[in-house]
Amino acid sequence: MSAPTKRVEQLDRVVIRFAGDSGDGMQLTGDRFTSETAQLGNDISTLPNFPAEIRAPAGTLPGVSSFQVHFADYDILTPGDAPNVLVAMNPAALKANLADLPAGADVIVNTDEFTKRNLAKVGYAVSPLEDGSLAEWSVHPVALTSMTVAALADSGLSKKDAERAKNMFALGLLSWMYSRPYESTLRFLERKFAKRPELVAANKTAFTAGWSFGETTETFSVRYEVKPATMLPGTYRNITGNAALALGLVAAGVRSGLPVFLGAYPITPASDILHELSKHKRFSITTMQAEDEIAAVGAALGAAYGGSLGVTTTSGPGVALKGETISLAIALELPLVIVDVQRAGPSTGMPTKTEQADLNMALYGRHGEAPLAVIAPKSPSDCFHAALEAARIALTYRTPVILLSDNYVANGSEPWLLPEVSELPDLRVEFAREPNDADGRFLPYLRDPQTMARPWAIPGTPGLEHRIGGLEKADKTGDISYDPANHDFMVRTRAARIESIPVPDVEVEDPDDNARVLVLGWGSTYGPIGAACRTLRQRGLPIAQAHVRHLAPLPANLGAVLAAYDKVVIPEMNLGQLAHVIRARYLVDAIPFNQVSGLPFTAATLESMLEDVVKNG
Amino acid sequence: MGKTLLPLTVKDFKSDQEVRWCPGCGDYAILAAVQSFMPELGIPRENIVFVSGIGCSSRFPYYMNTYGMHSIHGRAPAIATGLSASRPDLSVWVVTGDGDALSIGGNHLIHALRRNVNLKILLFNNRIYGLTKGQYSPTSELGKITKSTPVGSADSPFNPLSLALGAEATFVARTIDSDRKHLQSVLRAAAEHEGSAFVEIYQNCNIFNDGAFELIKDPGTRDDHLIRLEQGEPITFGPDGRYSVVHPEGSFGLRVQEGGTPLRHDATVEDPAYAFALSRLSGSDLSTTPIGVFRNVTRPSYDELITKQLADAKAQATGTPEEMLTGLLHSGDTWTIL
Repeated sequence: MSAPTKRVEQLDRVVIRFAGDSGDGMQLTGDRFTSETAQLGNDISTLPNFPAEIRAPAGTLPGVSSFQVHFADYDILTPGDAPNVLVAMNPAALKANLADLPAGADVIVNTDEFTKRNLAKVGYAVSPLEDGSLAEWSVHPVALTSMTVAALADSGLSKKDAERAKNMFALGLLSWMYSRPYESTLRFLERKFAKRPELVAANKTAFTAGWSFGETTETFSVRYEVKPATMLPGTYRNITGNAALALGLVAAGVRSGLPVFLGAYPITPASDILHELSKHKRFSITTMQAEDEIAAVGAALGAAYGGSLGVTTTSGPGVALKGETISLAIALELPLVIVDVQRAGPSTGMPTKTEQADLNMALYGRHGEAPLAVIAPKSPSDCFHAALEAARIALTYRTPVILLSDNYVANGSEPWLLPEVSELPDLRVEFAREPNDADGRFLPYLRDPQTMARPWAIPGTPGLEHRIGGLEKADKTGDISYDPANHDFMVRTRAARIESIPVPDVEVEDPDDNARVLVLGWGSTYGPIGAACRTLRQRGLPIAQAHVRHLAPLPANLGAVLAAYDKVVIPEMNLGQLAHVIRARYLVDAIPFNQVSGLPFTAATLESMLEDVVKNG
Repeated sequence: MGKTLLPLTVKDFKSDQEVRWCPGCGDYAILAAVQSFMPELGIPRENIVFVSGIGCSSRFPYYMNTYGMHSIHGRAPAIATGLSASRPDLSVWVVTGDGDALSIGGNHLIHALRRNVNLKILLFNNRIYGLTKGQYSPTSELGKITKSTPVGSADSPFNPLSLALGAEATFVARTIDSDRKHLQSVLRAAAEHEGSAFVEIYQNCNIFNDGAFELIKDPGTRDDHLIRLEQGEPITFGPDGRYSVVHPEGSFGLRVQEGGTPLRHDATVEDPAYAFALSRLSGSDLSTTPIGVFRNVTRPSYDELITKQLADAKAQATGTPEEMLTGLLHSGDTWTIL
């Protein structure tokens, strides 16, 4: 591939959305473009968006799958509100995404798919490429499919197989347009099709053809560059939240020295964590695909009883089913990590769309007074550290911990500065070995005065044989007890021991220290809230941002932080669940701002809402 | 503390908890039989775990001086699966009842059996809900009149053994609470089995379903209805072995008849159709009820397969866990900023 010969323009940031049919390989294309971009050193944030249907009828609106990548020469916080470039592989992809495109955006369309039949499928009577309806955008018609087939004429592949490489043609074209290094993609193709050399060759040829087309055609007069961002020194990789979470659990096993037992039932969007962990048996990680959600958490709890780090991963519907077992874990006071990758509910809802509406369930969704710890990661790479933190709390304080991820961070990706293993938290635990009572008895509910945790006495330990269960236990002895005073004491003790878990203070970002409005968020809204706050400050409007990672117990300084501002705004992808907690607990008249569309907030939405509060408060 | 010294005695297996079943409950007899059988296992008691669900029978672990967990309704096989798969060094026993195992926990039971988890599952079948005070259970006979079915239940019962066999169980047996010798012989066989062992124990609830199994317990009627399965022996019963279990030509199942050539019992027959046919001899009326080991075949346990996968993966790994983790974190496309 020769050097560029066209005019080169410098940009500071670009948002590209690849959109096509579910079978067009758009996720892969976006993923590869992201990897090339990462190699270049840009900061990146990505957002896949795909239907729950594996293969919806080809060419229809419900079948459209897209991948958005935002890259810049500075640090960015979101996958971008609106694409600068849309790659539309068919009329459905064009139609489904047009509403998000600002005027002037580039639209690259695969003209081969704009047939009468495909147009009719999505309700176009006349092709939008011909009726002037796309006038406000810069449309680049490209015969992607036929050019791919032509490039592969001598490959020996059938026409159908050759057509499948059209996504690599598109990737080659975009890689040329944005001056991306392509070596990693070529290596990737060699790995992916290692057993099918003819497909390696075909996909490479298609990629190269796309690149060369960009260079030679007059359709594209400009080539762009986005310089590397200034980032902290170190080694990086691009990572999705689910992958980071899985690696965090591997790390928790290594740093605790415990075997990890994952019980899981396949569920969107959490299954990738199961897939990832099932590959790491050499770390003493057992993954069990259970018969149902209840068995998954039950097996994890059984393994925890036996001395493993017990983990179950699921989404909201699964947590609903696991509730009774989580209550048992609370009564047994055993460590357990429950990962809820939230999706839009209720019921089946929208399995591939995001939401933060399981906070109430995490905090309160069990019978009786059943407190546990809840934490939420704020970004894809933060899922790694959140998993370690969940394990640390579970192991140190012998309690179930719910980790509230969501579809947005789980499937989104960003560059991750790889940590030094030796600097990760030390999670080693001591199992009980000896009787803990003066007269030589073992008291399974005698607590450590520091952590309020009871001893973890695992089967196989001589002399500590004991029975535990869901019936109320007498303090210290753990015997069955119906004593009213004991029950009152135990209920309060279970509440107090969660409430007294030390968690880091919430940090406030208020660079000029002059804000009167605080915006408080939790979980995956960190990116868009942060981006909105930055823009407001750049425009001279002071605003403070605080983000809650520990939702139970809440940080000790949170009340004081809230009290320091005239107004507190709480944006959430639910109908005000954290706002409700804040109002109830701190008597702060917090202003909820809610969106439950299945999509993350855009920075622009939050900016305009916050601007209104700052100006008109 | 050092390992428990062997041999142990029955006293070593009695916990300090007061037993709180109704006076006359069949569970007492089962508890006594299990406690006095346990020393035979030759396993230090710290390596024995009893896991139960909810129901009268599920109080069992509190009375055993081993490790134990009284869990939640129906979920004991799932919890025990996680424990057994992660701790193959333990001897894990599940105590459950007809409501716990076959109603609310039916799914976990069949999957534990399918996986062949190394669990010894004791199902105390009293054909009634005792702890909730007398509703019909999934093993109650059709038409059972109870508090929740004043004009009779309209649903047919499970045959627990047929169900277990359908779930690919490798060891299936039945015994009776009041016959300690037989009960212990079945426990012995179950304990020796590698993989899931499913044992149905007919148990009398003298409060809500008294006399449910009287036909096969009463010395006056017992011998005409109870079929004792003995490995390698002809299957006959009744006075002077008057009745035989035979396989009529052209028939799919087995039949009881006077005289004829009795089958020789072989629990190791691979084809589950044989044990299934045996299980079909008994119905709600108990008129011909086999007890003993129906099926006892070998296939790798889940625990064994899981353990081997971990061992194989570790055998191929090099470096300390920390080094492997560093390698894992740095896998895929990485880039370095100086």
